Amino acid sequence: MASIFNIILYVFIFLSVYVQVFFFVTFLENRKKIVIRNGGIKLDFYPAVTITVPCFNEEKTVSETVSSLFELNYPKDRLKIFLIDDGSTDNTWKIISKFSKYPNIKVFHKENGGKHTALNLALQNIETDFFGCLDADSLAHPESLVRIMSCFEKDANNMAVIPSVVVNAPKNFIQNAQKAEYDMGVYFKKMLGFLGAINVTPGPFTIFRKEVFEKIGPYRHGHNAEDMEIAYRMQKNHCKIEHCNDAFIYTNSPSSVKKLYKQRLRWIYGFINNTLDYKSVLFRKKYGNFSVFTLPMGIVSILSVSYLFGKIIYNIFDFLYSKLLQFEAVGLNFSSKKIVFDSFYINAQPFFFLMIVVYSSIIFAIILGRYMTKEKSLFSLNTLYFFPVFSIIAPFWLLKAVYNTILQRKPAWR
Amino acid sequence: MNNNFDWRKYLIVFLITVCLFLTASFISNFFSEKKVDEMKSIQDNIAINILSSETQFSLLQESSCKYVSGSVLSGELDELGKKLEWSQTNLGDTDEVTYLKKYYSLLEIKDYLLMKKVSVSCGTKSAFILYFYTTKDNCSECEKEGMVLSDLRDKYPELRVYSFDYATDLSAIKSLLQIYKIKDTELPALVVDDSLLTGFHSVSDLETQILKSSKLQLRK
Repeated sequence: MASIFNIILYVFIFLSVYVQVFFFVTFLENRKKIVIRNGGIKLDFYPAVTITVPCFNEEKTVSETVSSLFELNYPKDRLKIFLIDDGSTDNTWKIISKFSKYPNIKVFHKENGGKHTALNLALQNIETDFFGCLDADSLAHPESLVRIMSCFEKDANNMAVIPSVVVNAPKNFIQNAQKAEYDMGVYFKKMLGFLGAINVTPGPFTIFRKEVFEKIGPYRHGHNAEDMEIAYRMQKNHCKIEHCNDAFIYTNSPSSVKKLYKQRLRWIYGFINNTLDYKSVLFRKKYGNFSVFTLPMGIVSILSVSYLFGKIIYNIFDFLYSKLLQFEAVGLNFSSKKIVFDSFYINAQPFFFLMIVVYSSIIFAIILGRYMTKEKSLFSLNTLYFFPVFSIIAPFWLLKAVYNTILQRKPAWR
Repeated sequence: MNNNFDWRKYLIVFLITVCLFLTASFISNFFSEKKVDEMKSIQDNIAINILSSETQFSLLQESSCKYVSGSVLSGELDELGKKLEWSQTNLGDTDEVTYLKKYYSLLEIKDYLLMKKVSVSCGTKSAFILYFYTTKDNCSECEKEGMVLSDLRDKYPELRVYSFDYATDLSAIKSLLQIYKIKDTELPALVVDDSLLTGFHSVSDLETQILKSSKLQLRK
């Protein structure tokens, strides 16, 4: 039996190494295309853009979010801002109403219906060719919009351009661990962008051509992950999604394990269920790398982490059981011999060396991500925080998301 | 159109991944061979020491007591036993590990016979336990009995425990099984002072037994 478990383990390790090599080869192929601009840029033409800020109980953060939009280096007459109160029960409406005095800002109030309904209300009212959303817990870098719009100017085939989302002012251990994860995400998003295989258009500041919605329809609920569902639908309809690595959006990350768990449970639940909804695109050459690489990679990640977690739990129980046996056999009179280090006992199975490859690739991704987000130092302690936090907690939200999917239970928004 | 599928890239990445796997296996094999070499070297050393002690004993008879009784090899045998057990779990039942295990069992028997002779001739304080075990699946109590014996060995440095895997395909072990009439259904089995004990025996059970047959002293 042990050998069957080992074979499964090595299959998962093979697939994990394969994914990392795939990203690395993509990096080598495209490294010269990674542009990191400093300072402002100018466009030949500034298309009009509508940015929507959907709010649900965001009284604490919405003002700062809107202020960051005011700071955008983009002609004010080409920038429309929609502030939508999605039935908040706090002072959000009162706060956003104050912005209605600005000529380029429109405020809306509606009954609570979820973020996708707020975005669809905005879509019904836009008069511009470009549309974007900025979550009310995120801040836009002043150059972010113009840099994103330059990607549309450069390539007329781009139907949506996503930014680099980084953690805003991390304070505690959990947020610092997320900082490393988001940095790593910038690298992976960039590579997926090169592969034409991006599977999520993040709520913070993805800009779409309006024709996307005319072609594929408005936002859907998407299992509380509407930004993933729209990306899946775009990929299914061959709409190109690009990543603009030097357009930075700073997002407030969950500050506690409980909040992080809830957020990730929603994301993973969204991934599993949207993938199930779009299973017809899986492994279909005509849908490109999105169908042959991104989606299978996500599925493999969930299966591998679940399997490894199961194995770790089994090993822990096996260890405790042997300690119990020892207690039964000799009581608390455990060996008094000194433990002497002997290099003989270092496990040198292939597993060990392959895990070094996988972990090195992850560290490489974090470093590259930090380089692309213009961090002063490429190395950070956050990298060290990332591994324990995500190795210990991630299996729980992954397994809970699988469990919820099986029972068709939908997680709460927050 | 967003069709960017390039099967050649998938194939190249597959080949690179296979190369990484082969490299990892090669490095792993290199270290496994080093471990086997290390065990072989310990075994050779033990074999030379046993042979030397036997020869010395035969040459000098009783007058050799002061030399031979001092050649305590149990530490080295213990270390080798532990390394073999670890190798079996982590490297698997490879031909080399199985071979080393047979060799180890033979060395144990030789050490047992020599030490018994020394004990009788020189009147040294020593006790011997022959321990027969098998895999966890076929012997639920063997793991616990092994722990009891480790504990006893810690307490009594002059106690010599010789462990034999029932399944080892070696005529010398089969002879031992025949001599003491040990069946695979009665494992764990212990031979203490030539009497056979089957099933699990606690620390206190065995302590009484070995203290009766010898005058061992607790480790200070």
